Amino acid sequence: MKDVTNSGSKGIAKGTELPPLAVDVTRADLVRYAGASLDFNPIHWSDRVATSVGLPGVIAHGMYTMALANRMVTEWAGDATRVLSCSARFTRPVVVPDDDQGARVDFSGKVTDVVDGVATVAITAKFDGKTVLAKATAQVRV
Amino acid sequence: MRDVAYLSVTRELSVSSLPVVLDQSFIGRTYPPGTPYQVSREKIAEFATAIGDTSKLSRDPEVARAAGHPDVVAPPTFLIILTLGVIDTLATDPDLGLDYGRMVHGDQSFTHHRPVTAGDRLTASTTIEDIMARAGNDFLTVRVEVADDAGEPVCTAKAQLVVRGEDA
Repeated sequence: MKDVTNSGSKGIAKGTELPPLAVDVTRADLVRYAGASLDFNPIHWSDRVATSVGLPGVIAHGMYTMALANRMVTEWAGDATRVLSCSARFTRPVVVPDDDQGARVDFSGKVTDVVDGVATVAITAKFDGKTVLAKATAQVRV
Repeated sequence: MRDVAYLSVTRELSVSSLPVVLDQSFIGRTYPPGTPYQVSREKIAEFATAIGDTSKLSRDPEVARAAGHPDVVAPPTFLIILTLGVIDTLATDPDLGLDYGRMVHGDQSFTHHRPVTAGDRLTASTTIEDIMARAGNDFLTVRVEVADDAGEPVCTAKAQLVVRGEDA
């Protein structure tokens, strides 16, 4: 994958926006994530299987998208262990073409609350102009 | 992968005439922890690389120790590795009769009770928290309690699995 934007600066107040992250997800990224996560469901690497179950083509693992979303959070927080909890709903597939460019997914995050040194971050993940994660949040010790 | 024959058998056994595949009596069913999972530096680095995470905290034990951690630290969603193992266990439970070919991941959450670092030996105990049918689909909520060698809680992971109905 290729990072389009990636910078780190820290803010800890309600309304603070995280540095956004844009990732071009390629088939090679999905293969690598399949191996790392041990999720070898063929809809993430085989067009034949993906189309046979009614998908437009190979799609990214929802957990891969969630992992990228939380990478944006950990890069902002500076330490992965500051993420105390995270959750997401998988609402739309990220369709990944078999080319070198991949599928662009844009991540943004905003602090919605800070209580007792723990920030709640609301995360948005967009592909093709539409959100692919719902109720995506992370609790971060700041 | 898809086992339609088994699907029809479980449906016939269901007392409900609704298109419910999964029997709600399985709510509360638990699965004991299997073989402990040994968290290695290599797997953490591999996972971090796969998600484009370049943090030295997940690669260099000295940097991790300097930051106050016992060893390199796992990214927030690393424990999906254990959760997927649990889902495989459920998917192959003949009593439950889950149709893996129709199953999709609905949502996922991780509540960390402490950081996961290399050297941890982790077990995953599973409970089926809820089963419900809506719009012809089955929704299965699974809770996975991850603990360390001492039995101390490490993470509570929850997954909602959706088994699409035949017409959905």
